[in-house]
Amino acid sequence: MAEIKNYTMNFGPQHPAAHGVLRLILELDGEVIQRADPHIGLLHRATEKLAENRTYIQSVPYMDRLDYVSMMMNEHAYVMAIEKMLNLKVPIRAQYIRVLFDEITRLLNHLLWLGCHALDVGAMTVFLYAFREREDLFDCYEAVSGARMHAAYYRPGGVYRDLPDHMPQYQNTRFSRPNVTHKLNENRQGSLLDFIDDFANRFPKYIDEYETLLTDNRIWKQRTVGIGVVSPERALELGFTGPMLRGSGIEWDLRKKQPYEVYDKLDFDIPVGVEGDCYDRYLVRIEEMRQSVNLIQQCSKWLRVNPGPVISDNQKYAPPKRQDMKEDMESMIHHFKLFTEGFHLPKGEAYAAVEHPKGEFGIYLVSDGANKPYRLKIRAPGFAHLASLDEMTKGHMISDLVAIIGTQDIVFGEIDR
Amino acid sequence: MTDFKKLSSNIKKIFPGYQVNLQFDEITLSVPAEDVSKVLKKLKTMSQLKFEQMIDLAAVDFSEFPQKNYENCRYAVVYHLLSLKHNSRIRVKAFIKDNSFPVIETITSTYANADWYEREAFDLFGIMFLNHPDLRRILTDYGFIGHPFRKDFPMIGNIEMRYDPSQKRVIYQPVTIDPRNNVPRVIHDEGFRNG
Repeated sequence: MAEIKNYTMNFGPQHPAAHGVLRLILELDGEVIQRADPHIGLLHRATEKLAENRTYIQSVPYMDRLDYVSMMMNEHAYVMAIEKMLNLKVPIRAQYIRVLFDEITRLLNHLLWLGCHALDVGAMTVFLYAFREREDLFDCYEAVSGARMHAAYYRPGGVYRDLPDHMPQYQNTRFSRPNVTHKLNENRQGSLLDFIDDFANRFPKYIDEYETLLTDNRIWKQRTVGIGVVSPERALELGFTGPMLRGSGIEWDLRKKQPYEVYDKLDFDIPVGVEGDCYDRYLVRIEEMRQSVNLIQQCSKWLRVNPGPVISDNQKYAPPKRQDMKEDMESMIHHFKLFTEGFHLPKGEAYAAVEHPKGEFGIYLVSDGANKPYRLKIRAPGFAHLASLDEMTKGHMISDLVAIIGTQDIVFGEIDR
Repeated sequence: MTDFKKLSSNIKKIFPGYQVNLQFDEITLSVPAEDVSKVLKKLKTMSQLKFEQMIDLAAVDFSEFPQKNYENCRYAVVYHLLSLKHNSRIRVKAFIKDNSFPVIETITSTYANADWYEREAFDLFGIMFLNHPDLRRILTDYGFIGHPFRKDFPMIGNIEMRYDPSQKRVIYQPVTIDPRNNVPRVIHDEGFRNG
């Protein structure tokens, strides 16, 4: 009988299940994976080095492009680090807006994860549904910042501007039918908050729809139950955070444990898994979506009745009002200084972290007192998760590898930075 | 969060002789590179500390830092640790004496996830991690020369890659763009804000 040896196979970097630009070198024994060696860095843009050469405000849009499916959360950690070093107080309304958009971002991220994970495993329908809902959430992004994805909306000291009073409407073109356009505009007649509330009312039913497609689906369970099991101790050891850690049964969420902004005033639960396999992580994320909807509703309710400023009035760090600039010399100077030289951070170092949809996203800032960071280190949750891929896939089949990549919620913008 | 004051006095008591810095409600413990694995092991196992997770590992190149710190060390490796049990964080800064060939002990035996973080620090800063199981480049291109996050590495890089139509292949060549800096780096003197 011929002796069969292990063979090495290349996976990616342009495989549809590789979620971007993951290249894996797989060592296989038949169809069983012996070793998986991820080659990353194909999307390395040296964000940290670029940030060393930009003023603090100029780096905000770079943060959007780290994890490009949860844009505003990246900005959030960055502005929080700056605010920590400046001891800059954020107005309460801005804090609620941040939480509102953090949770919208969490939905955006989990919807993409759900769609792609299901698609990788072979369920096409969920992907289409998930992207339908993402469209509405992008409209929220657009209404508030003008950009559908890379918003640059959070600024040191608050957010760029208040929520708009009206939603943009679909226009009739020579290709569209007026009754369809009218129907599309039906939930866009009121303010952004009306639109968000309408979405939040509709959305739990959509989650039920996804669950009818997946949760008790025999094929889905066969592909995820007992796949990529990580014990709680090992999850800690491997530096897991976020749903990956909670899926293994450890109750840890920065929103609860080290609350930032107004999370301590809001009511929500932290779902925790039991088995630590792909299926539990799926259930955890699904429940997180329900909790996010709940949080969105609470924030929206508060925002309706509490008007106020949305950015700090400390003009050394936040730009003055347009009107003031035209009448007040000092505001004019502040504006000029802020957008040419930028503001300075005191000498020192700080680390700020948020509960990103993927885990703990942190920014470590070292400042020498200049108008640019001396060193900026981005703590990307996906980096630690992908590092464990070898361990998680060992002994599994190639098809399980795809399920494990899906469950890790890999996005290369943040891993390669 | 646990009592910050209690933790910081605890740290000072357990690690005498090391510099403990408190700023922005964060604890920074500065240690020489030789002691880092000993200190981290203690931080992880002692029951009143229990920093069981390594959140982040960052290398810093202090060569252009205006104030000289800790015996003029150029490189430091910064560990961010998290204790889930006590809900607290700590930062450990390990300063490396040798400025031309920085070497530090690996901590992969204490924190398993340090593996990739150390590879990254090696790739971007050229810091050698002694006894690391698999110290390869991780983020830069195959066959990359230099360590791009060092302060003396130009931001535009040294080589660029493009498709050459005459040779019908991708070629590497020296960079053709010029460095550009629209906003100069400014550090105000002490008391600037006070006029």
